Amino acid sequence: MTLSRSARWLLRGAMALGLAFIYLPLAIVLGNSFNADRTFAWPPVRWTTEWWVRAWDNAGAREALWTSVKAGLGATAIALLLGSLVAFAVQRYRFFGRGTVSLLVVLPIALPGIVTGIALDTAFRSVLAPLGIGKGLFSVIVGHATFCVVVVYNNVLARLGRLGGNLQEASADLGADGWQTFRYVTFPVLRSALLASALLAFGLSFDEIIVTTFTAGPGVQTLPIWIFSNLFRPNQAPVINVVAAVLIVASVVPIYLAQRISDTASGGRL
Amino acid sequence: MSAGPATPAVALRGLRKSFGAVEAVAGVDLEIADGEFFAMLGPSGSGKTTVLRMIAGFEPPTAGTVLLGGRDVTRLAPFERDVNTVFQDYALFPHLTVRQNVEYGLRVRKVGRAERRARAEEALRSVRLDGLDDRRPAALSGGQRQRVALARALVIRPKVLLLDEPLGALDLKLREQMQVELKALQREVGITFVFVTHDQEEALTMSDRVAVFENGRIAQVGSPAEVYERPASPFVAGFVGTSNLLSGDAARAILGREGTFSVRPEKIRLVGPPTAPGRGAATNAPELELPPASAEEASATGRIAEVVYAGATIRFVVDLDAGARLVVTQQNLTTSSADVAALRGTPVRLAWRAEHAVAVPDPVVPTPREKESAHAYR
Repeated sequence: MTLSRSARWLLRGAMALGLAFIYLPLAIVLGNSFNADRTFAWPPVRWTTEWWVRAWDNAGAREALWTSVKAGLGATAIALLLGSLVAFAVQRYRFFGRGTVSLLVVLPIALPGIVTGIALDTAFRSVLAPLGIGKGLFSVIVGHATFCVVVVYNNVLARLGRLGGNLQEASADLGADGWQTFRYVTFPVLRSALLASALLAFGLSFDEIIVTTFTAGPGVQTLPIWIFSNLFRPNQAPVINVVAAVLIVASVVPIYLAQRISDTASGGRL
Repeated sequence: MSAGPATPAVALRGLRKSFGAVEAVAGVDLEIADGEFFAMLGPSGSGKTTVLRMIAGFEPPTAGTVLLGGRDVTRLAPFERDVNTVFQDYALFPHLTVRQNVEYGLRVRKVGRAERRARAEEALRSVRLDGLDDRRPAALSGGQRQRVALARALVIRPKVLLLDEPLGALDLKLREQMQVELKALQREVGITFVFVTHDQEEALTMSDRVAVFENGRIAQVGSPAEVYERPASPFVAGFVGTSNLLSGDAARAILGREGTFSVRPEKIRLVGPPTAPGRGAATNAPELELPPASAEEASATGRIAEVVYAGATIRFVVDLDAGARLVVTQQNLTTSSADVAALRGTPVRLAWRAEHAVAVPDPVVPTPREKESAHAYR
């Protein structure tokens, strides 16, 4: 499509404005984590790494980071297992209720986090707690897994669809038994899709706050929850900037890598 | 070649397959001899691919048995059968190189690395694909992928090679080239080839014998010449070649016989002079130099309804005065200009040798209620 000169500049300007609106505030947080001024006057006059040292020494923040990592890894592991199993079932077999299962698996990502949170909260307190499964880190992991499963499911399903159904048949035809087919064909072919969706799932879990609020047991604090509860304590402000900066990087890097992997995957079918 | 006293490479007995209420294969009995190049020809949905998949072991039959070399393999998994398949879309492993793809069958059989390498190279040479060993399938052309798929299946030296529309994804030139090569390859390796196709020309040019499928059954089995020259039913006459049938009143008037008869278009000649009136000097149609009909030939008069100029040949669609429509294919010897289209409407006389009007038996198609008697139908 050909656009007039002025239209082109207008569109470029609009794009720059839109992106600036999203990313400048993030840049300011990153900048402020090095701002030596305690009131965060902008633009910064002097720079310091003191806040980063203080943040590292902050036991609460470190513990929260560790909790977030554990929750992310746990949710990702559950999502990988369940998501790829469902994807296989839906892709390979035609069964009654297949469409419904597909919809029910994808739905949690569209549900408002607060609804998921309230529902899980009720379930854990009134149904599972009497059975000895109360709220704690485990409940956070389960809560995060509900939406992480969707990411894995979608990625694996897309990959399986693109590969066509008969690679497994070809493998069996050439003499491979079920285990050999999985080891030499199915898993290698899915590897990059699994990696990409694991990174995405981890990224989703790592900065989740709503579901976490409702499912975290007493004393369980993920990094976003820790930030939220320390946000209005003035003397914690410099440390919060640092933690927020860490959170930005920790969320962006997996997403970036996941996209890179997916791109190579569609190009080279690997 | 026909199934002799030796054990057939593939034998199917009363084979059936239903998908829900649909009966895809409705009773197939077939024997394929060792070393035969066998084609299963039919329109889509005629059950030929399902039969192939049951031989390979991908689909369990609803009823009947599959024997490979005399051994009942009906309940065996694909990896327990001595057959290999070349898939329609080749199904090459995208994450493996060409060599790794070809070595795959040997690798899962725990063949040593050196032997694996040597046999893979030999197989790649036999399909004339050298120097691409380290490429991934995505970096190959359609024809090259096809060769890899062939090499991958042949490297294990199966008793029977199954090919599912092996040339379907190739363009015309490459397809013609591969037809010749496949035939040569089969002669060289001496393996039984069973291939599925919907292309009648492919089936006729490549195979020793052809089975024509219709609605989950075999309508006719025979050599290409038998199937083409003596079609067993109007369906076969129409599917293998152009349907050129005379029946009822037209057959009585022209041939003086009862029944349905097939005349292949290239067996019919336009002969002169046209007897019908009305062709005056006013027409600007090109002059056709037509030989006279001989005494022993059957002949019929009609009018040219359509002329199709196809370069090497010209196809005339002729409406007979006796009330049938025949297609006549003539070598493009007599006309030199492209304005043959002006011949439309010209009265003509057609002639063919009496034995070229072949009686086509009307099929005894069993109704669904009579399925149980379908075993006898071959």
